[in-house]
Formats: sequence, structure tokens, C-alpha cells
Amino acid sequence: MIAELGHFLIFLALFASFAQAATGLWGGHARDGRFAAMSKAASDIAFFAIALAFFALMSAFIRSDFSVENVAKNSHTLKPLLYKIAGTWGNHEGSMVLWCLISAGFGWMLAHFSKGLRWDLRARAIGVQGLLTAVMMAYLAFASNPFVRLDPAPLQGADLNPLLQDPSLAAHPPFLYLGYVGSSVVFSLAVAALLEGRVDAAWARWVRPWALASWTFLTIGIALGSYWAYYELGWGGWWFWDPVENASFMPWLLGAALLHSAIVTEKRGGLASWTVLLAILTFSLSLLGTFLVRSGVLTSVHAFALDPERGFIILMILAAFTGGALALFAWRGPSLGSDRGLFAPISREGALVLNNLFLTVATATVLVGTLYPLLGEAVFKRALSVGPPYFNLTFTPLMALVLLALPIAPYLAWKRGDIMAVLQRLWVAAALTALTITLSWAFMGGKALAAIGIGLGTWLVCGAIAEVLDRVRFGKLPAPQVWARVKGLQRAAWGMTIAHLGMGVFVLGAVSETAFRIEHTASLGLGESTSFAGRTVTLKAVTAEEGPNYYADRAQLIVTDGKRELVLAPERRFYPAARMPTTEVALRSSLAGDVYAALGDPAEINGRMAWTVRLYWNPLVVAIFGGAFLMALGGAVSLTDRRLRIGAPQPAKSKRGGASTPPVDPSSVGVAAE
Amino acid sequence: MRRRDRRLLLISAAGIVLLGATAVASVALRQTASFFYSPTDAQAKKPEAGTQARIGGLVAKGTVVRSDNGSVNFIVTDMKADVRVSYRGVLPDLFREGQGVVAEGKFTAPDTFEARTILARHDENYMPKEVADALKASGQWRDAPLPVSQSNTQSNLGTGAGMVNPAHTGSK
Repeated sequence: MIAELGHFLIFLALFASFAQAATGLWGGHARDGRFAAMSKAASDIAFFAIALAFFALMSAFIRSDFSVENVAKNSHTLKPLLYKIAGTWGNHEGSMVLWCLISAGFGWMLAHFSKGLRWDLRARAIGVQGLLTAVMMAYLAFASNPFVRLDPAPLQGADLNPLLQDPSLAAHPPFLYLGYVGSSVVFSLAVAALLEGRVDAAWARWVRPWALASWTFLTIGIALGSYWAYYELGWGGWWFWDPVENASFMPWLLGAALLHSAIVTEKRGGLASWTVLLAILTFSLSLLGTFLVRSGVLTSVHAFALDPERGFIILMILAAFTGGALALFAWRGPSLGSDRGLFAPISREGALVLNNLFLTVATATVLVGTLYPLLGEAVFKRALSVGPPYFNLTFTPLMALVLLALPIAPYLAWKRGDIMAVLQRLWVAAALTALTITLSWAFMGGKALAAIGIGLGTWLVCGAIAEVLDRVRFGKLPAPQVWARVKGLQRAAWGMTIAHLGMGVFVLGAVSETAFRIEHTASLGLGESTSFAGRTVTLKAVTAEEGPNYYADRAQLIVTDGKRELVLAPERRFYPAARMPTTEVALRSSLAGDVYAALGDPAEINGRMAWTVRLYWNPLVVAIFGGAFLMALGGAVSLTDRRLRIGAPQPAKSKRGGASTPPVDPSSVGVAAE
Repeated sequence: MRRRDRRLLLISAAGIVLLGATAVASVALRQTASFFYSPTDAQAKKPEAGTQARIGGLVAKGTVVRSDNGSVNFIVTDMKADVRVSYRGVLPDLFREGQGVVAEGKFTAPDTFEARTILARHDENYMPKEVADALKASGQWRDAPLPVSQSNTQSNLGTGAGMVNPAHTGSK
């Protein structure tokens, strides 16, 4: 019964979303408040219906109702409860339900929590969001229905892919989708502004929190996925420049560009049409990512069983939305008034433009590298692949250049900055950077590129710290006054500092891990030892263990560096329901780095039983994921800023007038198209 | 600086970055993009030693040999031609004899390949696209394994007897 109810609710939500789209768009166009109110009510129905459908599916998973095909294919009675729940979105159909739920939920939030937004613009945005939701729901209802029954129902399910039975991967899809779908709200706002024909500071003010929230969720989602790949796959790495990884990374990069350009649009009224374009492209890349992951057109190390036909439908949806929005942009974009807010090349605007230029070009290089195999196949008629060397040659230098400029940017004044004055204030950071480069070059094997990379990380970290110290006038004012300034500092400023600091920490970790990783493979019999990275590793025992839904061979590896001894217990698991073996890595993290061990197959060689053991010393891995966490934290702190939370106040003139920046009347910034 | 000059500066800066990136990207693509070879391709095209490539096919049954130093040798076949592959490291979980595999690395001779990475799959039912195409080309392609709903009915919850070496038990 519950499955039929869920089925019905999906259709109800589908119709409500279409109603939301039609009434919202018409209400905004005809400036008829009654239709706008109707679209708000429709968004309530759509959201609650799809939420109930989602819980109906979840309950089928929790109850192991194998008469539902989706549950039978992806669950098992012996699976721990957490993974039964996560199983709801651990498969294609369920993940699309999650997508629709988030999309409808954001539409609902847009309808209820954006009081400061002009009502007609809001009605249009709700309408566009409704259309996005409705199309995805139609896809859900007609091409990937999660409530299809199975008759006769099997006694037992086929289990969720064991690799996905992991806490960080249970949380990975919801965060990723919150990020992807979050960018759909920015898209809706952009299309609504294009329909209306004007983009102003108030609009940008509403775009910023959504862009920020979407980017923050995406950061968490990518970091969780990367951490999962690091410890679950047993390859010792955390990023492989794989198409599936790039698919989530491209919207992240462009989302970061959008965050920065929206600042210029809000504060200075500049870059308006550019911000709109970025908003459209960021969501398009999110859809492209979904298409790449779901269609299997590219060979990926993270590929699951796929369905090309469904991928084709997603491609059509992508083409319709991106094409439509870009056509609208081509038509209305030129009249948006993008050339407002004059600025000198050396200014904060100039720095943010530089940021956008590099981030966009970097995104393009990732896009080219990701899609080149498709092009290559069409042109050369041969399958080919693009691997990490390409990205190291193109993406990395671009990012290095823009990161070099990053610490300078927050010091520059709007309109016209003085770069020499800024460099004078950053001399301590620059000196520390030079020192680090020299030291790491001299004492860490003379790897010049690694030394430069570590220098870059140091420059970012020191720059971020120097910026915040300068802002509170540390060392220039007496302590109580400094403290008062610390407390008075805006959350958005803290957010920026924390996120930039996180970037620096991440660079330090990524460079160290890549340049100084030690990898060692050995074949060990019981009681045998091997030496690795200044440590001795002994295989003491291999025992058979039994988990709730798997069997395991568990090795006992004794790792000693002469002073301390630690025991690592990597496993090889076998999940009988899915008939799949997995590797369970053992790792011991410390601030300096991780000792990482993966157990391979046993084999009899020359009459002696031996296990392949792969060992890694991965320095500063904590900094990689810690850096990503700091970036997300920065985004979250920034989101709690009162000005963003409250949004654009209606009587904007009075507030603006009191600010020290030259008064820009927000209502005069936008240019009416008609 | 006048407004037009500024705009010119902005556009030329964007142009320079874009051109530079395009130039680097095209050179990088030419240098680093590696072609896919099926064993038949390798036999026909005779890649030079040192050619960076991806190969794929089925792991020939009974050819996986492990040696003392942790390296593994096996033969990848598309039933028409073979390539001998050597690899040092832990094999992915779903590496099985008789199943599809994709390896990245370089040719040391037209029929021998030194793998740097063996691409893992995350899913039992997934067949890499290139392997599927290669098998179709050599006429060895059979459609996907049994649909899940059928395979479940034969209770596949093993008793786990003798599970010392689960990976091998699982390959049946």
C-alpha cells in the first residue's frame, strides 16, 4: 500500500510543480498577485507530497519490502539500519527522488523565506524553480519510477553495493545533491531576472546566500566522496581526475567564481550580466555532471552499472534548460547594464575579475580534458583517455597563478587599489613564504616544484592570517580595542578568511601528499617483515572474522618505527549477498601523515602462503581534508552573516546612505529592459 | 585611463589567459592523451615500446601468476589476440579471471604491457565501455549477466564455510 501511495504522491507532486511553474511565471509576467499566491500554495503541495513519497520509499527500505523492485535490487535484510536508510538514495531511482525532494524543498524555501525579494521577481523565480522540479519529477515518474512492484516478490534482496556501505558515502549523495540543486535556485533567480530584464544589487544580494550555500554543500559532498575514495578503495590516493570526480568539481569551480562575481554585482553593481551567465553555467555543469555520471559515456574508475537511455533523457533536459537560458541571455543579457561601476585594473573589482577569469578558464580546461575522449572517439575513431598528466599541465598552473594573487585581493580597495602599499603590509607573509620555499627545497630532497607548492600554501595561510590581524589592527591598537574589533568583525569577513585559510591548508596537504608519498608493495608470509619509510612492518596473523553481512580475512600488521608500535588491521571482506569482495583499508592518522595499509589477495608462491600488502606513508593528508572542511566552514560562517540571512532590506536607500562606500542607489543600478 | 581603454585591457587580458590556456591544453592533450588498444589492435598496430596506452579485454583464465615480490602477471585477451600484462601492487577487488579489465600503463613490446594502474570497477555488473566494444569487435560479446531479480531467487547467501579466502570463493 505504501508503495502505491508513494507512486500517487510522485504524480501529485508532479502536477503541483507544473502548477507552481505556470502560476508563478504567469503571476510574475502579468503582475497578478493572485497567481503568485497560487504558486506559493502549489510549492507547499509539491514539497510535502514529494517529501512523503521520499519517506514512503525510505520506509520500504527500512521494512525490507522486497515486493518493491528498487528495494529488492538494492537492499538486504541483514544490512545495518544506517545503510538501509542510505540505500534510499544509494541507487539511481532513489537518488532522483532525493533530487526532486531537494529541488521542491528549495522552491518551497524560496516561496516562504525570501520576503525581502521583490514579489514579482520572486514569483518568476518560484515559477522557474517549479519548472525545473516538474521536469525532473516527470523524468522520475515516467523513466525511473522507484515504486515499481515485483511479482512474485523475492525472499531476499540483492544488497546495496558493499563499497557504498560506508558512513561517509551514505552522506555523500545528499550533500552533493544539495550543492547541485542549490545551484538550480541561483539558476532560477538568474532566469527570473532575465525574464524581468533587470539585474540589480538587491538581486545579487539574494543570489549570494544561495550560491554560497550550494558551494558549501558541494565542498562537503566532494570532500566526503574524496575521503571515501581514499580509505575505501585502497589505492592510497584521494583524487584521480576521473570523469566522475571532474563532474562534481566543475560546478564547484564555477560556483566559486560565481560567489566572487556576485560580490561585485551586489557591492558595486558591476559584472551583472557576467554573474547571470555564471549562474546559468554553474547549474548547467551540475546537470552535465549528473548526465556524465548516469549515462556512462565516459569510462570511469567510479562507474556503476548504467543505463545509457536514461542518460540520454538527462542530456535532453540539460540541452533544453541550458539552451533556453542561454538563448534568453543572448536576447536580454546586453540590456542588463553590465558596464556599471567603473574601476581601475588594480582594484578589488579588478582582483575579483582576475579570480573569475582564471577560475572560468580552469573550469574550461577541466571540461576539455573530461570531454576530450568523446571528441577524440568521434574524430580519431579510437577510444582514448586523458589522465592526471593533462590536468597537472593545464589546471594546476592556472590555479597556482590565481592563488598567488589571492592574499593580495582582500587588501585592495574598491575602485582603485595600491598594490605597492598592499605588498608592504604583506611583507612578513612574503618573508615567511620565501623562508619555507628555501627550507623545503634544501631539506626535502630538492624537489623544486614541491617547494614552490609548499611556498604557495604558506603564502595563502600567512596571507589569510595577516589579513585578519590587520583588519583588527593587531599590534597597532591596545588589546581591549583589538578584542572589540575582533567581536565586531562581520561574519562574512570571518567566513572569507576561514575559507581562504582552508585553501592554503589544502594546498599544503595536497602538495605534500603528492610529492612526498611513499609507496611500498610487499608479499608477506606469516611472521615475515618488510621495511618501509623508516618503519618495520610485520604480518603477525591473518584471522577469519564475521560481520553482520560479510565475512572477512583480517590481517594483523605490527608497524614499529623503533620507538612506538602500532597495530593495523586491514581486511578483505566478502559480501555474500552481493557476491562482492571489498578491501577494508587500515590507517592511522596523525598530524604529520597517515600510515595506510591495504591487504591484497593471498597466493601460494613456491609452496609458501603469502599476502600482498600495499603500504603507504601519506604525509599531511589531514591537511587535505581539513582544508576542505575549513573552506566549507568558511562558507557556513559567512552564511550566518546577518546581512545575508536577513537579505536585502526593502528601504535599502537609508542603509546605503550611511555606508562609507560611495552611495549607489540599488534601485537605479538595474536598467529596465523595456 | 578611459573606459574604452579599460575595456580593451580587460578583453586582452582575458584573451591572453584564454589563448595561453588553449595552447597549453592542446599541447598537453597531444602529449598525454593515451589511446585504447584491444589485444587485436595491439597485434595490428604494433605499438612501439614505451607507448603510453590503455588496454582492455578479458583476463584469460588460468593465466594469473603472482610472484614473490608482489608483482602479478596475467594475459589479457579478446579471444583473437593476447597481451601479456605485468603489474606490481594490490589488484582491485573485482579483478577476476575470465572477467573484463582495463589497465593503464605502457607497452614494453607489441604484446607485453606494463600496467601502472588496473582500473577497478565499483559494481559487479559494470563492463567498461572499451572492453565491451573490443569484445563486440572480436565477436565475443555476450549480453550482460543475469538480471538481479532472477539471481536473487536462488538464495545466494552462502554458508561461508571455508571463508579463509573469500575473494576466490566469490568468483564462482
